[in-house]
Amino acid sequence: MTDTPFPRFAPDHDPGPSFLGLLRRVAPHDVVGAGTSQTAPPMELLHGTTVLALRYAGGVVMAGDRRATAGYSIANRRMEKIYPADEHSGVAIAGVAGPAVEMVRLFQVQLEHYEKIEGEPLSLEGKANQLAQLVRTNLPAAMQGFVVVPVFAGFDERRDRGRVFSFDVTGGKYEEIDFQAGGSGGVHARNWIKSVWHENLTEDEGIDLALRALFSAADEDAATGGPDLIRGIFPSVAVIEAVGFRPVSDDETAARTQRLVGGREEGAGL
Amino acid sequence: MSVPFYVSPEQLMKDRADYARKGIARGRSLVALEASEGIAIVAENPSRTLYKISEIYDRIAFAGVGKYNEFQILRVAGVRHADLKGFSYAREDVNARSLANAYAQTLGQVFTHEMKPYEVEILVAQVGDTPDSDELFHILYDGTVMDEEGYTVLGGQAETINGALSERFETGPSIEAAIRLGADVLSGADAPPLPGHQLEVAVLDRTAARRAFRRVTGEELDGILAA
Repeated sequence: MTDTPFPRFAPDHDPGPSFLGLLRRVAPHDVVGAGTSQTAPPMELLHGTTVLALRYAGGVVMAGDRRATAGYSIANRRMEKIYPADEHSGVAIAGVAGPAVEMVRLFQVQLEHYEKIEGEPLSLEGKANQLAQLVRTNLPAAMQGFVVVPVFAGFDERRDRGRVFSFDVTGGKYEEIDFQAGGSGGVHARNWIKSVWHENLTEDEGIDLALRALFSAADEDAATGGPDLIRGIFPSVAVIEAVGFRPVSDDETAARTQRLVGGREEGAGL
Repeated sequence: MSVPFYVSPEQLMKDRADYARKGIARGRSLVALEASEGIAIVAENPSRTLYKISEIYDRIAFAGVGKYNEFQILRVAGVRHADLKGFSYAREDVNARSLANAYAQTLGQVFTHEMKPYEVEILVAQVGDTPDSDELFHILYDGTVMDEEGYTVLGGQAETINGALSERFETGPSIEAAIRLGADVLSGADAPPLPGHQLEVAVLDRTAARRAFRRVTGEELDGILAA
């Protein structure tokens, strides 16, 4: 076969609907976790910190703080950690910022690529497995400190409910029954959610609970940013329901955060 | 060793072109029309699952007529090309012109070098911010590219349908009017317009935030056709 601008594959090398497979064949160095050195990184790495996803009656709320740290320094105050994966799912990142953001970008293309080649979107379970595969691809890099552990959530149209998945560094995928929080402040957020969560949360209550849990995490964990009233920086929040992924506007999170002042959080001033 | 018969290059190319044209003429036709709210693509296609029209990228659609497996190969190659380019550079760097050139080069290569040419005609459509910036690239089996204005017709009955459209198409119809006009001209001069279940319709919606491609099916399509 003569050269054409399109890559051509022998039948047993065709990547099918997988963008990751395609990338591995035509541009292997662009794959997450590829080409890392064999030694531990000499520099301070950027870490993303508290992210969470919780189920409510109509879907899932995802939220994350905005702080990125490098050692004891604050590297970024406006970091975005909640991303839409496609129309009906979202991914929250915790871990080293660089590879995490790149992994999300690859994941987004991977889902859309599948949908376009196959003519229909993956099931929610299929999407979660795809993300697990990307995390697993990153394992060699994770061994050197470039750890990425996302939280994945979405609205399962076939089951008509929200679902939450968490991952470990080896690419293990675990479905959470009701909620999950990740990152260094995750344990504080999770405890807060655990004490309040119930099956019939409304969307409104879900968003407030997410904000309160993040506040609690920021209160206890140095690497998690709280609401910054001076600069007007607030956590990022998104809602995923039957009609799709919808980021909650900055104005709305600002108003909700202001309402929290004077609430239960103030009492915990030990 | 046997000496092959001499065939002049002119004859060889003509034979290949005739072969491809015959294959394409057997299939049904497809029209694309630029409308005020976007681009409407209408194909005669009784199948609900084997599509002729599909999404390539945010603002770009693909359509093919002729041999299904051959334009499927081209469609998948186009999605790969676009996704790779958008991933390596940026989403806004993916455009129809570069894709059309890649298709033209591929079809040209296949036409001259392969055992048989592809029996396909394809369309690469890109919706712009304004109707003026819409692009319709019509690419033939031998790699010939045509940059069309307003509307384009692919397939065996292209000449007749082009004739009808040149009389009836007026710049900037509404998307519904464009779909109706497409359904009407596809059915031929004297026949009634094709019903919804004989058509495959998709639009590139100018107002969409990101992915402009949308299929128009079922009740929505019947409603538009009945209006």
